[in-house]
This record gives sequence, C-alpha cells and structure tokens, in this order.
Amino acid sequence: MLLTREKDGALASRTVRDGRTGQFRAAAIRLARRNPVAASGVLLLTLVVLLAVFAPLAGTVDPDAISPIHRLRSPSLEHWFGTDSVGRDLYSRIVYGTRVSLLIGFSVAVLSTGIGFLIGLLAGFNRLADALLMRIMDGLMAVPPILLAIALMALSGASVGNVIMAITIAEVPRVTRLVRSVVLTLRDQPFVEAAHAAGTRGWRILFIHILPNTVAPLIVQATYVCASAMIIEAILSFLGAGAPPTVPSWGNIIAEGRTLFLVAPYIVIVPSLFLSVTVLAVNLLGDGMRDALDPRLANRM
Amino acid sequence: MTISSAGMQDAGPVAVETAEPVLRVRDLQTHFFTRDAVVRAVDGVSYEVARGETLGVVGESGCGKSISALSILRLIPSPPGRIVGGEIRFHDQNLLELPMSEMRALRGNRISMIFQDPMTSLNPVMTVGAQLGEALQLHQGLSRAEAEDQAAEMLKMVRISEPERRLREYPHQLSGGMRQRVMIAMALCCKPEVLIADEPTTALDVTVQAQILELINDLREKLGTAVVMITHDLGVVAETAQRVVVMYAGRKVEEALVEDLFDNALHPYTRGLMAAIPSHAPESGDGGRLAEIPGIVPSLGAAMTGCSFAPRCAHATEVCHNEYPPLEEARSRHTVACWHWREFAGDKARP
Amino acid sequence: MRYVLHRILATLPVMAVVAVFVFSLLHLSPGDPAAIIAGEFASPAEIARVRVSLGLDQPLHTQFLVWVTRLAQGDFGTSIFSDIPVTRMILQRVEPTLSLTFLSMLITISVAVPLGAIAAWKANSIIDRLVMALAVFGFSFPVFVIGYLLMFPFAIWTDLLPVQGYVSLFEDPARWLRHLVLPSISVSLVFIALIARMTRASMLEVLSQDYVRTAHAKGLPDSKVLFKHALQNASVPIVTAIGIGVALVIGGVVVTETVFAIPGLGRLTVDSILRRDYPVIQAIVLVFSFAYVLINLLIDLSYKLLDPRIRY
Repeated sequence: MLLTREKDGALASRTVRDGRTGQFRAAAIRLARRNPVAASGVLLLTLVVLLAVFAPLAGTVDPDAISPIHRLRSPSLEHWFGTDSVGRDLYSRIVYGTRVSLLIGFSVAVLSTGIGFLIGLLAGFNRLADALLMRIMDGLMAVPPILLAIALMALSGASVGNVIMAITIAEVPRVTRLVRSVVLTLRDQPFVEAAHAAGTRGWRILFIHILPNTVAPLIVQATYVCASAMIIEAILSFLGAGAPPTVPSWGNIIAEGRTLFLVAPYIVIVPSLFLSVTVLAVNLLGDGMRDALDPRLANRM
Repeated sequence: MTISSAGMQDAGPVAVETAEPVLRVRDLQTHFFTRDAVVRAVDGVSYEVARGETLGVVGESGCGKSISALSILRLIPSPPGRIVGGEIRFHDQNLLELPMSEMRALRGNRISMIFQDPMTSLNPVMTVGAQLGEALQLHQGLSRAEAEDQAAEMLKMVRISEPERRLREYPHQLSGGMRQRVMIAMALCCKPEVLIADEPTTALDVTVQAQILELINDLREKLGTAVVMITHDLGVVAETAQRVVVMYAGRKVEEALVEDLFDNALHPYTRGLMAAIPSHAPESGDGGRLAEIPGIVPSLGAAMTGCSFAPRCAHATEVCHNEYPPLEEARSRHTVACWHWREFAGDKARP
Repeated sequence: MRYVLHRILATLPVMAVVAVFVFSLLHLSPGDPAAIIAGEFASPAEIARVRVSLGLDQPLHTQFLVWVTRLAQGDFGTSIFSDIPVTRMILQRVEPTLSLTFLSMLITISVAVPLGAIAAWKANSIIDRLVMALAVFGFSFPVFVIGYLLMFPFAIWTDLLPVQGYVSLFEDPARWLRHLVLPSISVSLVFIALIARMTRASMLEVLSQDYVRTAHAKGLPDSKVLFKHALQNASVPIVTAIGIGVALVIGGVVVTETVFAIPGLGRLTVDSILRRDYPVIQAIVLVFSFAYVLINLLIDLSYKLLDPRIRY
C-alpha cells in the first residue's frame, strides 16, 4: 500500500499492483536459491500435476479393466505396481488416482478459501454478523473435522462431489477465522483511519486497502487446506465413507488393500507413498510461500 | 543542567591516582558477521576501571559502548557476533580465554550487569523473590528459605518499602523505578567486584533517574564495587563518574578525568557533544539555538580510512581523511585521538 | 471465579450449535427417518408404529426439546442396528479410546515440547533443520500410512509387539501397554509435528527477549535458562495449540482404531456410519465434541496459572 502525494498535494492511495507481482517474482527466485527445500516441493508438485494431466500418455492401461485371471500379481515388468484383487493394473489406477486426489485437493482449497473469505470479510466488518457467524463456526470447529466429514458423507451418500462438499464444510471455519482476524487487525490500522479521514468510502477501503492484505495469508492457508483435504479424502475412503469404490482415488485403493495387507502389502504401500509425497510437496510449497511473502505469518498460523 | 566542574555533584571519594584496576579491557574487537557485511561494532577499544570508582563510557547510539560491555560478560549473541580480538583482564585472568563454565561462575557473582529497560529485563512470569533468590542459590549455595531472607535484605538495601510483600509480587505489579531497584538488587546480591550498568536510567522518568543514580553511587561506596556506567547522557556522567571514556564508531576517541573532560574537551566530537547540551544561559549569544553536530553516525560496516569522525568534523584536514589518529596523551590522564588536538588545547597544552 | 463461570457459559452456545447439527443429521438425510430406523424390511404398519413411539410425528422443535431433555438425563437412545442402549455401547468402548488418547497426548507433549525448544535454541543449525524437516514429514503422512509402516518392522517381521487388538488396563497392564505402543505412536506423529513447530515458533520469540539475556547474565546454565525461564513464557501459545490439536488426535484415533483393530469409540463410529445407525452416530459426535470443548475450556482457564500478567 502506498500513500502518495498527487500533483495537487492531496494524499491519495494507490495499490501498486505491478510492484507487488514484480516483487513476488523476484522474491520467488531469491527464495528458490535460498531455500532449496521449498523449491524442491514446487518441483515435486509440478511433476505430480503433469502426471495427472498426461495420465493416458504415461504408460497406463484402462484403470477399470477387470481381469480376474491376473488378480493379486506382485509388481512385475508387465504390471509395474502389480494388480489388485480383481486384476486391475495398480500402476494405472494409481496414476489416474492422481487426477482424483488433485481434483479434490484443489477444489476444496479453492471453494473453502472463497467461501471462508466472504464469510470472514462479512464477520470482520459487521458486528452483528460477526456474533452470529462466529458462533456457528465455533460450533462446527468443535466437531473434529474427520467426524464432521464422515457425518456429512453419511447424510449425502458417496460421490466425488459430496466428498468435496463435505471436506469444504469442514475446512471453511478455519479459513473464516483467519480472514476475520486479518480484517479485524487491519481495520484498526492507522492507514485505514487515514483513508477514512481522507473521505474514502467504505467500499473503496475494502477493496483497495483491506483485500490485498488478506491475499498473502489466504494463499498460504489455501495450500495447507489442499494438503489437509487430500489426507481427509484418503481417510474417508479408507474408512469406507468416501468416494464410490469404482473411483480410483488413492484412499480407495488403500482401503481395498486393507484386508489383503499381509498378502499383498504393495496395494497399501505404493498409493500411500504417492499420497504422502504429494502432500509433502504441497506442504513445502505452502511453507515456501509463507517464508517468501511474510515470515511473520509463521507465528499466526 | 549547566555543565561545569563547579556545578557538579560530588561523585564520591575515591583514591583516583593509585588504585589497581580490577577490570582491564585491552584492544577489544567485537565484530558482527552478517550476510551483507562485517559490522565492526567494537574496533580496538581499551579501558579499565579500579575498585570503588565509576568509569563513564559515553557515546551516541551505535558507537559500540553497549557491545563492549556485553563483550565483557561474553553475552554477545553468537551466530552473528563474535569477539575477534583483544583481551579482557579481570584481576589476572583473561576472560576471553575462560571456559564457559567458569565464565558462568563469574556472571552475577563477581561481575554483574544491569540493563536499560527493567520491564523487559525481568522475567514476567516469575516472582521478584524467585528471581532475586536464583543467583544466591546458584552462586552461594543457599537454600530457598535462606535465599529469600537474603533477598528481603537486598530489597531493603535498595530502599524498596515493604520488602516481604514485594518478594511475592510480579514485575508488572511494580513501578519502573522499583523494577530498576530490583535489577540493581539482583546484580549486587552476591557483592560483585564489578558492576556494568548499561543505560540504567534511560527508560525511567526524570525524577526517578536521579534517585537511581544516587542509589548506585551509594552502593558503590558501601561495597567498593567498580562501576562501568554506560550512557549517552553527559548529565549522568557528570553525576556519577570519576573518569570518562568517549567512544565514536567503535573506537575510543578521548579519555579523561571527568572535571578535565568538561573543562577542556580536546576531541572535536566531545566538544560537539558538550556544545550540544541545551543550557538556560545562552553563552554564545546565538539566540539560544541548539548547536548540532552535522552529519550522521557512520555505518559500522563500511570500511574506513582515516579518522572516522572526519566526514563530520569542521576542522578536518587532509591527514584526517587519510590516516586514523593514534591515541596520544595530551595531559596527565587525558588521552585523545585527533591530529589537531593541540589547536583546541590553547595555552593549556603540554609542551 | 466470575471469569470461570463466564467461560463455562460461553461454551453453551457452541454446544447448542453442535446439538442442532447433530439433531438434524437424522432429519437431513434422504428418506423418512422412521423408515430408516425401522429398518429395510419393515412393513408400513411397523414404520408407522416406530414413528409414533419415537415421537417422530411431532413437530420438529418438540422433537428437538424431547431429544435434548433425554440427552441431559444421559439417554442417548437405542442403536438401530443392535437394539442396545447407546449409552451402554459407549461406556463399553470408552476405555480403549481414552487409553489411546491419553497415551498419545503424553507421548506428544513429552517429545514435541523439548524438541521444539531445542530447535529454537539452536535456531538454523542442523538440529533445527532436522526437527523442522521431521515436522513437515509428520504432516504429510496420513495416520494409517504410519500405522501400517510401523506394523511391519515391529509386529509382522519381528514379534516385538502385537499386530492388533487391545487388552484392558485392569486386566493386564503390561499387555495393555504393549498393544497401545504402535497405535499411540501413529496418532502422535502428526500432533508432534504441530506442537514442535508451535513450540519452536513461540520459543524463538521468547529467546530474543531481554529477560533471557538477564538470566544468562546471572550465570545460569543454558538448560535452566531454556526450561525454567523461557519455556513458561512461551507456554500460552503452545498450550493453545495443544487444545486445538485435540481435534487432530480424535481424528487420528478414529482411524488408528480401525487399522489396529482396537474396539473403541472410533471403531464404533466407522461401523455406525456404514450401517447408518443414526442414534449412535449422533451420540458419538456429541461425546467427542463435548470432550473437545471441555479440554479447550480447561486450557482457557489454565492461562492465568501460566502467565500472571493475564487479567480477566
């Protein structure tokens, strides 16, 4: 935010937008050099995304092709990760599963961030809305997120869309809290008072002053939500309360491998590794962004 | 306050001439190694202090006076900072060569330090009594009950009323002056031989400042402690010190007995400091405008050739910019680092 | 004292929201509640009977009040699946879950806090980076992955620890412990990652304070400065994080009980979800939420003990 002096001497504020993105890019390059760990997270994530996008070209066969003759084969040259209990090629299922998990992760991140942003903004600005909304958010947060998601899934039945909805509802309260606290802190800042005193109206204050300052912590929180969503989806599927069994999500594959754990451990191990590496990459990305944008955020989160 | 030797309060009787120094800092160099540069915070400073005397160390913020004090107790934060040269002799031991365990045995015990802001320097979640008793239990092996009794005695010595009650209170329940008294009590509880006071009155109200300084003086007389009084305030120096060291940009630029310094400052910087003191009687007839030293304190990271004060000095000549002036003894017990000190000495200079 | 009362009262609205949410579970799901409860093969007459006997023909707010009143008396209804009073089912299974939760929290606090403190003390050193790396890894592995990974070396390949199952504390303490070692470690890992990070952040801030310098100037050894002076000052954010992290623990417990076949409330949750046994689901969600709220209340009240500056 800059308060600049216009030609006639009056004070005006301007969002130096280009400066901010230019700053961001420079910071990113600096960070990659300074923090190779975070950079490797970005790299990993890019690989995973590429795998998801180009799944059909990655040496896969039809992930749903059942072939009972070939059931429970160990990893071999023909089936790189082996086959599952009905003979489906595990490698293909896992690669296509990348799409599902990433889809769920990103969707939840985007949705919960968007909804949480709006609610948090409202709560930060309007005292009445605040009292009402935050009570509801507190109540939702009192239910452990897994249980909340499970309960919502029990209500609505198994589908990918429902999974996204359930996890989003479980994650929204946290985002709301974050946005609300940022808004409340900013509202009392001198520069907002100054803008107010200069005659700027409520709307403009909102968009020009407050909004840009919520972007940074919001983006960082979004990455954490994405990681969390992927894990929750896996747990939901593992417990049988997630996406329908035909969908090759990693959680589903692991769930199917549960009973065969002693016989064919690779069914559980390999997708778990994929999941963990992806979540790790997202977490590293989030940490890296947090360090680049504002090291002080580390305490607030 | 008007500064002249006539108006000064008596800082206490002391045998100035023959006292053997208890603490001798010799050619101390403490540098900070940051990613962009090496900051030479203390760059070859020497001073010493004897039993029962107060040495004032004076200079602006950033001149290295506090760092030199922290170096004595080796409290320099070690990733960026390091003591790279010199020695610090306490009696006949070089503190910089002691193993840390022995250093810790000295800290709070035979050499103590009090800091600038008593609110942040006291642990907010421990009672006054607990904090006071800690050093006693550690260094003198007292039990908790014995330490508590001693602590009450110490509080009485620093003139805090209702000492037993205060022992159970927390720092935030005390006033600023009381907190500083508690710090002094904490520092003196093991009767140290050296007390380092780093700007002890800067964070206090003016009325309380005088009380604290008086307290430190009294205790010094009573216990025979050597005091290193670090301050940016010449008034504090005038009230408490017998000898003064003036620091600038990490080095010592002048050292003298306090009356001598105020009457006949020889270094342009010191003279500038003296002139900058606001006085009620405008001697210069200038209409009462504050004299200031132009320019700003140099960044300690930049390499320096020549006298570090030269850029701001009205009397600087070519030699001043090229070579750093050595410390010369201008008079008895009065040294100065300036190429042109003789011009300021007038006819009082040594032949 | 007045503050204590005030905080207790503040939890009521939260519990009210949870109660409303839990109550509506049954009524929000597709289908007729009475039909669901009566079962798949019930005849219309039986469904009607169930509807009347459970008061499902009453208006919603009446049902809600009746339900809440029964709750207050400890009556959580009867399981659709097994016809046993839910209260009894919960009591039967509470011990394993409590044991697991308690052990996990114990492990977490005794590992994470010292780790975080030492990482902060030696900030930017190898130890620090190692601890931070472990923390990130801890976040990234889902609980069941860790459970399975631990199972292999410790229980399947060797015989050090039992693979699954649970033995009551009152029956055989030694075996109780042995059965809980692997599950507790699985649950703790994520929590340790969270608390170690929080401890490190909080300690970093405290260690840069002046009073730490004073403590050093008094000649105190580093361990005393770290654990006696610094830690208590850092404790408020750490304890807060512990309270919030309890939600994580509960989630982890639910999953781990499934992996290790421990007959606790977590397992019951999963089974009831699959069977759509609403009274049980409702009861469990309520119990867990209440526990979460209670723990955070206790933590709230403990702040004054930790930091005497806090005024109510």
